[in-house]
Amino acid sequence: MTTEHPILSVKGVNKRFGGLQALSDVGMEIHRGQIYGLIGPNGAGKTTFFNVITGLYTPDSGSFALDGKPYEPTAVHTVAEAGIARTFQNIRLFGEMTALENVMVGRHVRTKSGVWGAVMKTRAERAEEAGIKQRSIDLLHYVGISQYADFQARTLSYGDQRRLEIARALATDPKLLALDEPAAGMNATEKMALRGLLEHIRDDGKTLLLIEHDVKLVMGLCDQVTVLDYGKQIAAGRPSDVQRDKAVIEAYLGAAHA
Amino acid sequence: MQTFFPQLAGKPKAAYAATVALAVVLAILPLVVGLAGNAWVRMLDFALLYVMLALGLNIVVGYAGLLDLGYVAFYAVGAYMYALLSSPHLAENFEWIAQMFPDGLHTPLWAVLPLGAGLAATFGALLGAPTLRLRGDYLAIVTLGFGEIIRIFLNNLNAPLNITNGPQGISNIDPVRVAGVDLSKTLQIGGFELQSVQLYYYLFLVLAVAVIVVSIRLQNSRIGRAWLAIREDEIAAKAMGINTRNVKLLAYAMGASFGGVSGAMFASFQGFVSPESFILMESIVIVSMVVLGGMGHVPGVILGAVILYAIPEVLRYAAKPMQEAIFGAEVVAPEALRMLLFGLAMVVIMLYRPSGLWPAPKHGINPAGTQTATTASATPPA
Repeated sequence: MTTEHPILSVKGVNKRFGGLQALSDVGMEIHRGQIYGLIGPNGAGKTTFFNVITGLYTPDSGSFALDGKPYEPTAVHTVAEAGIARTFQNIRLFGEMTALENVMVGRHVRTKSGVWGAVMKTRAERAEEAGIKQRSIDLLHYVGISQYADFQARTLSYGDQRRLEIARALATDPKLLALDEPAAGMNATEKMALRGLLEHIRDDGKTLLLIEHDVKLVMGLCDQVTVLDYGKQIAAGRPSDVQRDKAVIEAYLGAAHA
Repeated sequence: MQTFFPQLAGKPKAAYAATVALAVVLAILPLVVGLAGNAWVRMLDFALLYVMLALGLNIVVGYAGLLDLGYVAFYAVGAYMYALLSSPHLAENFEWIAQMFPDGLHTPLWAVLPLGAGLAATFGALLGAPTLRLRGDYLAIVTLGFGEIIRIFLNNLNAPLNITNGPQGISNIDPVRVAGVDLSKTLQIGGFELQSVQLYYYLFLVLAVAVIVVSIRLQNSRIGRAWLAIREDEIAAKAMGINTRNVKLLAYAMGASFGGVSGAMFASFQGFVSPESFILMESIVIVSMVVLGGMGHVPGVILGAVILYAIPEVLRYAAKPMQEAIFGAEVVAPEALRMLLFGLAMVVIMLYRPSGLWPAPKHGINPAGTQTATTASATPPA
């Protein structure tokens, strides 16, 4: 897992909401081809950290580098352009659009046709559209929901909506795919299927960042984890090591069990 | 061709035949209606102007989901631009313009259309810029205010410099000339006569078809998808890398440009513009056309525009005799009845067809295997 530079390198992130220090000096390094887990009890600051690196929140301090290049997470759309694609804890699809159109929107950031091309149906625009469509169909196949390409996104089942969100994120050609609690609300069978999909994506050379409540899923799936509690990093390393960490057990189960 | 008849997409011949049939009907419509009198053809002309307006607003409201209650401002911008560039008004009030154009200002159609579209688009982006962070009710209130501001400017820009001639409006506006043909005069072709209103009909029809084609092509494009994405979920759209600020401004500009073209045509057709034509009520009627027809669905919006334009016109002719037949006297004035019916139509539509009279076709409304879908996804993808 050693490469010259990490895919994502974040150092010294601080974020304060009024009197609440939501994140204090949090950092992580994610290497190419890893599934990196970010775990912690409720209110630990996982989602805040996630929103900071994806540009939804502006951090008070911190330095960020993606694939060796520094980036400023100041606007959400520039982060996607830089190469971080995300999914949402409470699925946010474009409900009235078809599954295929949802994925096609994901190609927006890697294509460039404008109004003129669309109105004139220029050769370049038609070629680009055909490419977008083909790539999107391929991605629907990849996540296993191509049979619902023409269905409105909101009519898909919960598990399939999760898959569609992942396909849409993959359509942006991300360097890092960041998933916010992808297993939330899934039953055991769906979780198994999701795990298969995520491993498949990793094996195809993508790097993943996972926020998860389900410790079992994270421990089985992730190569590295960081544990947050009250906005501080309390442990980091391989899942098997972290599992035995005293601070982690204390955070999850209380001091009596540590 | 197929774009007009998506349900015939698989049958190019049928789509072609349907298009030709529709074209023939639209072509002979003013000739047939003309037999009943020019007033009726004039209604067709106005219906086409409203179709253009409604389709322009559809880009903002229907595609991008930004409720704009001041859309008539762009209609006004287009109309006043044409009025100023093609009437004696500026030359009469400004010495230097009179010297520059000794024959008066007469801007030709090929210059007016891009100018009208461009100027209105600029205004669209300018008025859109401060509203980018607003949504829903707040956006509606601010756009409503902008619409009124433009009208009030037009009403008062007659002093110290007389630019718009204030409430009196601008008259003596040139009619449109296409290839040397003056559309305000009857045209003789062989033994055949085409009235001015019929000539305008054909011009407006060409423009309306252009607006329809542009609307449909935009909808099925990268930009169109970005608009729909913003309408559906702005945060998710941003997370997909869409620069929502620019894409929203583009929606405002594109929508406004249609309004500008429509306004320029209105000015030339009427030969007269005044601020009274651009009141808030007009904006509300145009929004109603889009909502009632089916937001975001081009054929639906066209239907909405035609129906809502037709209601008051029909009332104008039918309300009095009908009331006299029923009550023996005219009880309610047609004008009052008009608003009553408008309101009633909106309430009924919102109750029984909340997505409009002719909404966009729904795909997979009944996913045969929502359940199968779950089980299918249980097998890891190959």
